[in-house]
Amino acid sequence: MTTGLLTFIVLILIAIAIWQLTKIFDLSQAKADNTQIANDKDNNINGYLMMGFLMFIYIITIISFWKWGDLPLIGNAASEHGSSVDTLMIISMVLIFFVQTVTQALLHYFAYKYRGKKGRKALYYADNDKLEFIWTIIPVITLAGLILYGLFTWNEIMDVNMDDDPIVVELYAQQFNWKVRYAGEDNVLGKANVRLIDLGDNPNILGLDREDKYAQDDVIVQELHLPVNRKVVFKMRSQDVLHSAYMPHFRMQMNCVPGMITEFAMTPTMTTDEMRQTSKIQKKVSRINALRAAKSETLVAKGEEPLEPYEFNFLLLCNKICGESHYNMQINVIVESQEDFDKWMAEQETFGKK
Amino acid sequence: MSATAAHAGDHGHDHGHHHKETFITKYIFSQDHKMIAKQYLITGTIMGVIGIMMSIFFRMQIAWPKESFAIFEIFLGNWAPDGVMSADKYLALVTIHGTIMVFFVLTAGLSGTFSNLLIPLQIGARDMASGFLNMVSYWLFFISSVIMVLSLFVEGGAASAGWTVYPPLSALPEAIPGSGLGMTLWLVSMAIFIASSLLGSLNYIVTVINLRTKGMSMTRLPLTIWAFFVTAIIGVVSFPVLLSAALLLIFDRSFGTSFYLSDIFIQGEALHYQGGSPVLFEHLFWFLGHPEVYIVLLPALGITSEIIATNSRKPIFGYRAMVASILAIAFLSTIVWGHHMFISGMNPFLGSVFTFTTLLIAIPSAVKAFNYITTLWKGNLQMNPAMLFSIGLVSTFITGGLTGIILGDSTLDINVHDTYFVVAHFHLVMGISALYGMFAGIYHWFPKLFGRMMNKNLGYIHFWVTAVCAYGVFFPMHFIGMAGLPRRYYTNSEFPLFDDVADVNVVITMFAIIGGAFQLVFLYNFFSSIFYGKKAPQNPWRSNTLEWTTPVEHIHGNWPGEIPHVHRWAYDYSKPGHDEDFVPQTVPMKEGEEELHH
Repeated sequence: MTTGLLTFIVLILIAIAIWQLTKIFDLSQAKADNTQIANDKDNNINGYLMMGFLMFIYIITIISFWKWGDLPLIGNAASEHGSSVDTLMIISMVLIFFVQTVTQALLHYFAYKYRGKKGRKALYYADNDKLEFIWTIIPVITLAGLILYGLFTWNEIMDVNMDDDPIVVELYAQQFNWKVRYAGEDNVLGKANVRLIDLGDNPNILGLDREDKYAQDDVIVQELHLPVNRKVVFKMRSQDVLHSAYMPHFRMQMNCVPGMITEFAMTPTMTTDEMRQTSKIQKKVSRINALRAAKSETLVAKGEEPLEPYEFNFLLLCNKICGESHYNMQINVIVESQEDFDKWMAEQETFGKK
Repeated sequence: MSATAAHAGDHGHDHGHHHKETFITKYIFSQDHKMIAKQYLITGTIMGVIGIMMSIFFRMQIAWPKESFAIFEIFLGNWAPDGVMSADKYLALVTIHGTIMVFFVLTAGLSGTFSNLLIPLQIGARDMASGFLNMVSYWLFFISSVIMVLSLFVEGGAASAGWTVYPPLSALPEAIPGSGLGMTLWLVSMAIFIASSLLGSLNYIVTVINLRTKGMSMTRLPLTIWAFFVTAIIGVVSFPVLLSAALLLIFDRSFGTSFYLSDIFIQGEALHYQGGSPVLFEHLFWFLGHPEVYIVLLPALGITSEIIATNSRKPIFGYRAMVASILAIAFLSTIVWGHHMFISGMNPFLGSVFTFTTLLIAIPSAVKAFNYITTLWKGNLQMNPAMLFSIGLVSTFITGGLTGIILGDSTLDINVHDTYFVVAHFHLVMGISALYGMFAGIYHWFPKLFGRMMNKNLGYIHFWVTAVCAYGVFFPMHFIGMAGLPRRYYTNSEFPLFDDVADVNVVITMFAIIGGAFQLVFLYNFFSSIFYGKKAPQNPWRSNTLEWTTPVEHIHGNWPGEIPHVHRWAYDYSKPGHDEDFVPQTVPMKEGEEELHH
């Protein structure tokens, strides 16, 4: 509270200071050249500042890459299609940074080089069809390449079929948590509708049709386990508002829409343990834990509980604004060997038995 | 009166005696396009202050989650009990910030100000085609602004479903408190806003088509007018669709229909809705929502074209290509909306189509950027504040536009959709760019609006601090997006995974606070110059366009005598064979002189 008050007072003081300084600055210039139109001096100063600003853009780019450039969304994908997504991402990024570096350089350099001088006359140069053609055709060719690569990958990712013996898993979203339903032995999800939801003594939380024979062996749980190297076909449902099932490490995202079933298929290629062993994740975890340790010290000094050390887990999180607790709608995704998965599955109760 | 003035065309028009203006007809219910432009500008500025303050508040919450700030207690009241912003009111702030900035500042504030001011002045017309509709348009905008601001104070708070107000979140008060009365007012305000925007747009279109002075052929129009004209057409095509989307949402909310809703179970109860789809709303919303980006951006680009040419003392490079790219962008903008919906559950084949059309739009955008750069080449650049903001616009337009190549590609969008990467992208390419366009326009046409000059040195300070802060806020933001951090999270502290980007959020918020505070320099400069600025000469920037042939003091009908005739395009700067480095459009062609751009 006191820090809040102090911040507030400081902010107000800063605002007043800026206003007053501005006023003083304004008044102090009353006698100077006051046409308020740029003269050669202004052109010079601002021309140099343009070059300075170019440097600033480059520096902030370098700092950002150096400090925060360890990007989990490029490289290290934990799914089969993820690596082609990453390749396309890297190609696009390289292209973008090349164009960005060159065009910003030209823009700011010209602004500096051709800063106005009294008496100089600009070149009357209104048109050049050849140039226009060049910078139309180059983007056309580059983009054609990107579009082709992108569409090829997209069609492959979005082709959800039952080839290669996938397991079928339902991701069920509600304000503000996830439920998971496995299709069981028959690998077919039983029919369900939110109108059949029953929260009474004999609960039916996902609204499954109790009469449907496919529903009997379905398994409803609160955590998402997946066997490694086995294709998974996800079917998404939502019972209330839009949600989005986002699993960044698998390069996977699909909205959950009330009233319809959406789909996404992917094959995890790394178990949670394997992912923890990768150097990228190890570095990230130790960096995060160093930060958390430092934060814990201040917490303990204040007499509060220290933070738990962080252990890496794949995540399923909600990425479509869904209400008050949207910011904390997550579950861990555990990728494990087929044996471990089968063992875990055998411990779960089926819907029919409950 | 103004309507008749407009119809009087270029026959001499007597302004001295036939009407007495009261305070009310002159300053409040004015039908004069110049006064209406000022009304739009002032209203837009006030809304802008509200919108930017909101963004600073929620940036503070992101950087220092759940901290108590006295400033919140004062400004946010019960939205921040004990000075700690509550989670659902964080969403309300995000929602209203987006709505205000996109519609009230960058649509009405930008187009409303400069289309109104410049269309009649630059094409040589006495006023808009219908001064009365123009006045109605402003007052509808004013009413919708008032309703939007009032919605902050009702029970349950303002709309909180994001500026895109996707149902069912926006349709069900059970889902979030802001979807109660606050959401109703949001919809009513937007419906009125759309009516205002349509009246304005129709007026702009009719005026440009019918009221051009003699000699002002379409190919001699300044690029500002081309941009405003095409923007108005996009608005007329797409805004009605948002209106219908909003009306259907009102039906679902208030009369129990099921356009967007189906199979919903909330708070222990199954609702009666059956058969609708939220995806339908997304289609209708983005059919406006995407063109809206260009409704915001094109006027800024038009303003920039004019200012860069004038201050480079050079013709704009590739006039025909610039017009063609405006038209291409306008056309393409209506068939790319699906790129907001790649992962909405829409048929993936549509995703392919929208990827294709979306990446196409990069082509005219690239042409524009290259043409701006070439215009600077071998120019004689006059670094007025307006010029700095225009160059800044080209810079942010490039930086922000390039990441569109990633987001427009459905494959890559899967993973960065709705992360901070998107926030960084659109703030640079449309938010900051359009804001720069607006600032550039204000610095450049201030002498025309108020007959006085703004202080240039304050303008320089304003530009450089804003430029550094804009990059400081939005450049690092790409990186937290690529770390997978979703937007619209009240706090990231529930995810240890994101702990190592928490410091980025502090940096961003610092830049945002400094950048926001330095807008005070602009506000001071703006308001003090209205009253105490140096008196402006008639044509301070030595510009070619017609608005600078009108007297500094505003008069009804714009020109005291006949409307000048036009003999050339607007960009004869530094033309060989002329002594001065500018040749106004009113100067007749010399014998043997060619109009080069045809």
